[in-house]
Amino acid sequence: MRTAPLSAASTSPELQIRRSRALPWIALVLVALAVLPMILSSYQVSIATQVLIFSVLAMSIDILAGFAGRTPLGHGAIFGVSSYVAIYWTSTMGGDIWIGIALGVVAATALAAVFAALAIRTSGVYFLLLTLALGMIVWGVCLRWTAVTGGENGLRGIGRPAFIADHVSFYYAVLVVVAPLTWAMWRLVHSPFGLTLRGIRDSESRMRSLGYNVPLHLFLAFVVSGFFAGVAGGLYVLFNNFVSPSTVQLSQSVSGLLMAITGGIGTLLGSFVGAAAIIVLENAVSAYTARWQSVLGVTFVLIMIFAPEGVVGRARLLLARRRSRSSTQRRSGG
Amino acid sequence: MDRRRFLKTTGLTLAAGTGVLSAPFVARAQNAPIRIGLMAPQTGVVAAGGREIIDGFSLFWESAGNQAGGRKVEILVEDDASNPDTALQKARRLVEQAKVDMLFGNLLANTGLAVANYVKGNGTPYFIPVIAADDLTQRARIKNVIRAGGYSASQFPRPLADWALKQGYRKVAMISQDYTFGHEQCGGFAQTFTEGGGAVVGQFWHPLNTSDFSPYLGQIAGLNADVVFAMETGADATRLIQQYASFGLKDQIPLLGAQNATDQSVIRTMGAECEGIVTSAHFAEGADLPATQAFVKTYSDKFSKIPSLYAFSHYVGAMWVTKAINTINGKVEDRDTFLETVLKTDLPDSPLGKPVRFDDYGNPIYDVVIRKTAKNKDGKFWNVPIATYPQVSQFWKYDPVTYMKQPPYSRDFQGIKKA
Repeated sequence: MRTAPLSAASTSPELQIRRSRALPWIALVLVALAVLPMILSSYQVSIATQVLIFSVLAMSIDILAGFAGRTPLGHGAIFGVSSYVAIYWTSTMGGDIWIGIALGVVAATALAAVFAALAIRTSGVYFLLLTLALGMIVWGVCLRWTAVTGGENGLRGIGRPAFIADHVSFYYAVLVVVAPLTWAMWRLVHSPFGLTLRGIRDSESRMRSLGYNVPLHLFLAFVVSGFFAGVAGGLYVLFNNFVSPSTVQLSQSVSGLLMAITGGIGTLLGSFVGAAAIIVLENAVSAYTARWQSVLGVTFVLIMIFAPEGVVGRARLLLARRRSRSSTQRRSGG
Repeated sequence: MDRRRFLKTTGLTLAAGTGVLSAPFVARAQNAPIRIGLMAPQTGVVAAGGREIIDGFSLFWESAGNQAGGRKVEILVEDDASNPDTALQKARRLVEQAKVDMLFGNLLANTGLAVANYVKGNGTPYFIPVIAADDLTQRARIKNVIRAGGYSASQFPRPLADWALKQGYRKVAMISQDYTFGHEQCGGFAQTFTEGGGAVVGQFWHPLNTSDFSPYLGQIAGLNADVVFAMETGADATRLIQQYASFGLKDQIPLLGAQNATDQSVIRTMGAECEGIVTSAHFAEGADLPATQAFVKTYSDKFSKIPSLYAFSHYVGAMWVTKAINTINGKVEDRDTFLETVLKTDLPDSPLGKPVRFDDYGNPIYDVVIRKTAKNKDGKFWNVPIATYPQVSQFWKYDPVTYMKQPPYSRDFQGIKKA
């Protein structure tokens, strides 16, 4: 799969210009997201909330898939373990929900560390398969360890705290969490650490001969990515109030990955577009036909044919092309 | 630039999404239709059963002229995809966007439990003719969740165990799918059987979708059991029954089953290998009762197959709730009165052929029939009653309060009485 052209590798004056240009846009998006609940019905607000939560999962996958060149198929499991731990803590142990979520994130991060330790030495399809297998183990445990996980029936939560009980205030709460998380991930992939990851993606052997500790970088990237997936899992507990093996199963990992791919692998923020596209499509299409899954399938095939870089990735490419054309013209004119 | 592009695409997607999602919702007037949300798996592992849920449910509403309590009834069908997360999503959609007055349906226990937990928070009446998870009408009862037309998992195996003891069987080997529904059905059987003096000589839990039963059947053959109890659904049931016959066990050890094992959805396509299996249920399609046969005929004429448990339960569930809606003249908006009325409603004239009522926990009390598979005059196999246990509640002969003090059935707790 091609990835979108690098952006942060650009020279610093240009970067500054882009930053100053970006600020009004960021402000506009935030305002738009803040105004959204006022124009949507309460059910639509819950869909928007779901989009925000899954964007975080998709971005966490994009950190590995888009920037480190390692496509994981086990992030659904990391996400779900966080949910399981949080719900177990609240409904079975009777604990506080915030501590539960914190424990969930810790558990997800720890699980990611285990996955990472096992998987980072592989790449390509082996990495894919190994993370898939590890995710399946988690799914198997959740399904069979009935005494703790409730088996097939899953675990039911105790509901959201009163101050975020209605959809609108919960939406804002999620937005307040997701915005800084997004910023953190953006900073991460554009930091020197993120640049190193891209170097590893493009040529592992060159990075190694330049003296970079490749396994350590990949390990950290995986753990950090797992942390973000864990936070998404914690938010999902508040949203769904229920967890079952279907939350940790392969299709969850795949749907997270599909969101990242639809938005554009390696674009990070494309995850928002991907998550919105998939979740909105799911809800809209299923209202009209029972064959909604087929419609989704066809849509993915079309995206892969016409925009293999994803929606945002494709847009970037087109834009970059136009820009280079206009700059050539300017040069020849001057 | 990329950010700008991102904004544009995001904006467009959101705008498009908003447009589609905000399909016009008309505010309800006084005499607006009653809206009922039906959730059934139309995709995923149990899609075939989901189809029959929709068939049975809509068959009733057609016969009722889509009317209840003097109001029109509007049915909104949603696919739960055999997945609890999807089921939750669809339930939210039906309740919050489509503003349904009540929910019906779901097939798999995990989807039902997820939706039940959701309606617990908002009080929407939810009727579950198939979801059998014991605790929904026992230890974790939710006021607005009622098993109209349904049953709890451990309810029917108990009379079957009693019947087995009366046949002189003393040693049972049990085989079941390894999930809660199986644990609960086997628990009901094992507890009654051992408390009545029987012994469980072996219990085998196999994963869902087991294709080869030979390792289990081989062990069962060596246990010297008087009788075998099988708790299987869907394709597993078909395979177990076939392999039980081809291993030659059919002629050696009688086979008992949970009602799902010989449900029409399983034996419809089977031959002599399914003959003579004894199960217990609230319904036997081969019962010689006018109401039952009328229903079976209507259904078979329309869908060219004998109704399964899924179709039947939803037909009866809809009938039951409709009777309550008629009593309160269609005022389903008053939820407390509505739910109270449903619980107080007896159903004398359903395809069951016998009157039924609810216990204090929202679970029906049925005359449970012990049924045996036999060939009907068209050469198709169906379940024919051979004995009846009148008025069996989900608590069998126990006191409800004492009973609920014992833990729910699981792989580790089967209520087996130590000899």
